[in-house]
Amino acid sequence: MKLLKSLTAITGLALLAAASNVAAGTLDDVKKKGFVQCGVTTGLAGFSFPDEKGNWTGIDVDTCRAVAAAIFGDAKKVKFSPLTAKERFTALQSGEIDMLSRNTTWTLTRDTSLGLNFAGVNYYDGQGFMVKKELGVKSAKELDGATVCIQAGTTTELNLADYFRSNKMKYTPITFDKSDETVKGFEANRCDMLTSDQSQLYALRIQLADPGSAIVLPEVISKEPLGPVVRQGDDEWFNVVRWALYAMLNAEEMGITSKNVDNMKKSEDPGIRRFMGLEGIKGSGLKLPDEWAYNIVKHVGNYGEVFDRNVGQGSPLKIGRGLNALWSDGGIQYAPPIR
Amino acid sequence: MAVDEKESLAPAKPSLWRDPNARAIVFQVIVLAAVTLFIVFIIKNTLHNMESRGISTGFDFLGNESGFGILQSLIEYNESSTYGRTFFVGLLNTLLVSALGIFFATILGFAIGIARLSRNWLVAKLAMVYIEIFRNIPLLLQIFFWYFAVLRALPGPRQSLNVGDAVFLNNRGLYLPRPVFEDGFGLVLWVLGVAIIATMVMTRWAKRRREASGKVFHTFYASLALLIGLPLLAFLISGAPMSWDVAALKGFNFRGGLGVIPELAALLFALSIYTAAFIAEIVRAGIQGVTHGQTEAARALGLRPTPILHLIIIPQAMRIIIPPLTSQYLNLIKNSSLATAIGYPDLVAVFAGTTLNQTGQAVEVIAMTMAVYLSLSLLTSMFMNWFNARMALVER
Repeated sequence: MKLLKSLTAITGLALLAAASNVAAGTLDDVKKKGFVQCGVTTGLAGFSFPDEKGNWTGIDVDTCRAVAAAIFGDAKKVKFSPLTAKERFTALQSGEIDMLSRNTTWTLTRDTSLGLNFAGVNYYDGQGFMVKKELGVKSAKELDGATVCIQAGTTTELNLADYFRSNKMKYTPITFDKSDETVKGFEANRCDMLTSDQSQLYALRIQLADPGSAIVLPEVISKEPLGPVVRQGDDEWFNVVRWALYAMLNAEEMGITSKNVDNMKKSEDPGIRRFMGLEGIKGSGLKLPDEWAYNIVKHVGNYGEVFDRNVGQGSPLKIGRGLNALWSDGGIQYAPPIR
Repeated sequence: MAVDEKESLAPAKPSLWRDPNARAIVFQVIVLAAVTLFIVFIIKNTLHNMESRGISTGFDFLGNESGFGILQSLIEYNESSTYGRTFFVGLLNTLLVSALGIFFATILGFAIGIARLSRNWLVAKLAMVYIEIFRNIPLLLQIFFWYFAVLRALPGPRQSLNVGDAVFLNNRGLYLPRPVFEDGFGLVLWVLGVAIIATMVMTRWAKRRREASGKVFHTFYASLALLIGLPLLAFLISGAPMSWDVAALKGFNFRGGLGVIPELAALLFALSIYTAAFIAEIVRAGIQGVTHGQTEAARALGLRPTPILHLIIIPQAMRIIIPPLTSQYLNLIKNSSLATAIGYPDLVAVFAGTTLNQTGQAVEVIAMTMAVYLSLSLLTSMFMNWFNARMALVER
């Protein structure tokens, strides 16, 4: 099955390569077909998760919706492709999806050898460990000899190896394709601990039959800047995705929310007027409607709202802003100005 | 260019056009050239486009450090090994589960297939129920069943089921004592080799004698004595040069000993049980394909049921059984790639999974993986065809 899927993708890649030399122009393609095809996870609470009605929600999903809102003025013009960690890059390379927003870590290798570019960071994360409470472990340094459940094809796999190697500890990795399989393995006691990005650990922990039976250790062993990815060599589309993200950050900084955005339109503040597309460069540089940023906030919300409803206090995960607070609030989320 | 060749040939010998053989060759050359050109074009174009999009190509990545751990490896492997080595680790794991799977599926399949024809009503019906259940449930579900159902039932490492402080069973696997060979064990191996040769010679002699005189010599117990008795004697004489490495609980898990991981066990159970159901039907069909007259004739000669089965039925049934059996073996090898669903580190999980993702070189990795499955299948096919030719009826 998996092999078949990869095969189809690769045949697609080969055929696509044969058929067209017109690699660029994703924005035009998207405008023509009328929706954005967005690659997301197969289900990870807070990031991309289908609810019981089949509507996708999450911070990664909202990044896609923001792009759709900027282009079409309608956040619903997105189609989602659920992908495992292993399938994601091939799907983007082959043109099966227009953008990948699937809590993917930005690394040098991925940026330079996959023919892909990271358009920004929508969540600053770090890798952590979740262990069974009954083991009585207080720190990751006590984990020598442990068996670890882990998702295949992730940077997590590499960080884990580095961490144990540098601390001269041994471990046994059990690698699963999907993150819910890692949870099943953890619950079935196949492994002593589960490792993943901290945000995911909280999401996975509430999926456990008894969340109280597991604890998340305090150590964060890596930097995991997660963000949307696009194909390399298509700068126009790259700019659209990047600035859709920046628009949400700028909106939060300026205090524009989905509720007050219509009132703010009447503001005299030149910064806000530029944001609304009433002054300055407007949408022409991005080849988008002048109201692109307004549409994002109106239909999706600013970064703070998106964070809060998906992973923050307004969600079951209740993750603090931490590094993801705006730079002006002590975090590192910082967007260049719209002018 | 093939067209040019055709034109240059045409005026020289016009009669060639009327020669169907020559015409056929020309057309075949044209088709072959067209197909080759098409494939070369696709490969070149793919490479060119991948390069222009900044996707790395080539096989250089195989020499880079992998940096990730693998659950089970039959060869030396650690995080600083290369991606090339992950290929061999995955390949060997695939071969291991396939070989074991084929072995158990064959034994189980033959047993059930024969049981299906038993005159005992209960045995026959039980075999039928087995076949109908296991061949009608998707294999992936069966793998999940063995993995999650069986895993959950087993205790954790600290409450392991324990047999004589040597064998431990828990949800991390089955731990057996591992034999450690010391100096002088070579003698035992030598003696074992001699015993094997002696057994083969004896079997041949017995067969020739039976064919010549009709006298039966029961080789079973004599072989057993040769194969077990002689090496055992050598082992004792040389002063028992072997010790056992027993697994022990250290920290979270057992260390040392010979561990069988539950992923391997679950995959092996599922593959053998599933494939055995198909093999059983093939065996039943093969046996029923031997005309009843053969059995009656054998009985009329005064043979008892066991020799009838061994000497009359099975040799003839094998001719019918082997070809479909081959395709079941091929299915089993290919089905072993479902391992990735439960985290058994086979070729697809390790190489076409993690390695592909870490390097991003999908085309190269998938091409290598496909080549492996193709070669494995062709090799199995070749072996089975050879075996089939040997088993075919030699008409006298």
